[in-house]
Amino acid sequence: MTLNELEQAVAEPRTHADRSDWTWEQIRAEFPVLRQSIDGHPLSYLDNAASSQMPQEVIDRLTWYQSAEHSNVHRGVHTLSQKATDAYEKAREKVARFINAPDSAQCIFTRGATEGVNLVMHGWGRKFVEEGDEIIVTALEHHANIVPWQMLCEEKGATLKVIPMTDAGELVVDELPTLLSDKTKMVCVSHVSNALGTVNPVEDIIEQAHAHGVPVLVDGCQAVPHMKVDVQALDADFYVFSGHKMCGPTGIGILYGKRELLEAMNPFMGGGDMIRTVTFEKTEYAPIPHKFEAGTPSILAVVGLGAAIDYLESIGMDRIARREAELLEYATQRIEELDFIRILGTAPNKASVISFEVLGVHPHDVGTILDTEGVAIRAGHHCAQPVMDRLGVPATARASLAFYNNKDDVDALIGALQTVKDIFG
Amino acid sequence: MNLRNLYQEVILDHNKNPRNFGELEEANRHAQGHNPLCGDSYEIAALVVDDEGRIEDIRFSGKGCAISKAAASMMTQHVKGKTVDDAETLIEEFRQMLTGKLDPEGNDRLRHLKVFAGVAQRPERVKCAVLPWHTLHAALEGQEEISTEGEHDPFGEE
Repeated sequence: MTLNELEQAVAEPRTHADRSDWTWEQIRAEFPVLRQSIDGHPLSYLDNAASSQMPQEVIDRLTWYQSAEHSNVHRGVHTLSQKATDAYEKAREKVARFINAPDSAQCIFTRGATEGVNLVMHGWGRKFVEEGDEIIVTALEHHANIVPWQMLCEEKGATLKVIPMTDAGELVVDELPTLLSDKTKMVCVSHVSNALGTVNPVEDIIEQAHAHGVPVLVDGCQAVPHMKVDVQALDADFYVFSGHKMCGPTGIGILYGKRELLEAMNPFMGGGDMIRTVTFEKTEYAPIPHKFEAGTPSILAVVGLGAAIDYLESIGMDRIARREAELLEYATQRIEELDFIRILGTAPNKASVISFEVLGVHPHDVGTILDTEGVAIRAGHHCAQPVMDRLGVPATARASLAFYNNKDDVDALIGALQTVKDIFG
Repeated sequence: MNLRNLYQEVILDHNKNPRNFGELEEANRHAQGHNPLCGDSYEIAALVVDDEGRIEDIRFSGKGCAISKAAASMMTQHVKGKTVDDAETLIEEFRQMLTGKLDPEGNDRLRHLKVFAGVAQRPERVKCAVLPWHTLHAALEGQEEISTEGEHDPFGEE
């Protein structure tokens, strides 16, 4: 091969900057994973709250990075290292723009939202929380926004307090003033509940907490893929989310934090890339974001996350939110027609998540039967056991929609639920 | 896989009308089996006549999915009156059938339990069917509690 032929063997993929006028069927067609059948039924993928799927453009971007740009970041003097560093840091700028962070240095790459919460627990919590202090979480949290705080409370002799929720799955924010005190060190709340889909009034919670001088960590995993999130408008102190729920790869997440908080925090892990100078006597840490990114990061996943953000923006987050609201309305209405189903979580303001139970049938049996008709849902406690306990169920079945779903997917769900009814009588 | 293979009439029937369901006051073997991932939880209570090493009576209580409940119900029917040794053999064979290591064809001990063979093709549901059996095993061994996760994970040896 000549040099020229070699270069052509891997071609830089084409990208579309604007899909605002594409039809939803055109957009759906870009997701290769959806073009398959399960047991002879077309796949209806309704487990997006667990993990979303990846469009061809993101897959191509990953291939291109690995084919043409990969090296380690922030250290080499050679061309490839520069390409990799550019791709990596460009992705950080995309993240910052996407959530309206004032500076990309305030966007830390983590393994996922869970690592983001743990990073704050270790870096901030272990430094500033003392015996007798209090941390407030909510009754709607995912285990990822409960367990790290419990671990901290146990270590420090601090107390975990909980904002309760109603039967409909809405937080009782009126209780917050009685929970907040001068002992409160942090409030931790999910933007959107993964188990029920409730959109929580985080602006109100943040305002109340700030009135007491208390910072707020927001788990945005289920919000960022589905609506326009502006961390400055929210005035969130920390905001975490995961790439694989927003058409990106697994193994990558974001911790956004206010600069003064991030700078005051201890590093999470020690190692390469997070230092300015090292001697055996003393190490000086690098400035943010690198202070929190020890070791070789998941460069490929970071680049993929950047491509996923480009993809979502090419459609438009407002358009995505409208589409999902339409699908949610259609699905809710169709499910409500079935008298053997009870929807759990009926807040007026919901993201495209429907948790439900088929009366008299365990959610795992529902999930198995739906799967044999090509309908993929989640059955279980959704890593939110306190939510299940509060509602008095061991588990629920959960259908979660993304913009690339369509009415056929919902109709397949309804048909399969009818089969559940037929089998169990 | 044909859905009816998994949710056969007999399984659905046992789910709806579980046999030997309830407490057994005179029991001298007890164990609680729990699957924390799905909330399935069963108590197995057996009366073993120690002189003969025989399961005189057995009942189960608790809740869970159709597969686990039917498995518990049919298990009680199959081990009632058997010796502890025979029950242990059946526990092992049932487990092997569910993990695809035993072909139920030609096995005359498993009898009606063969309806569970289809579960082997759905690995995510194997724990459901096996939970009551492992709970029985624990009860017979004098262990009081088992979980499908953690240190007493009966699948840990796999």
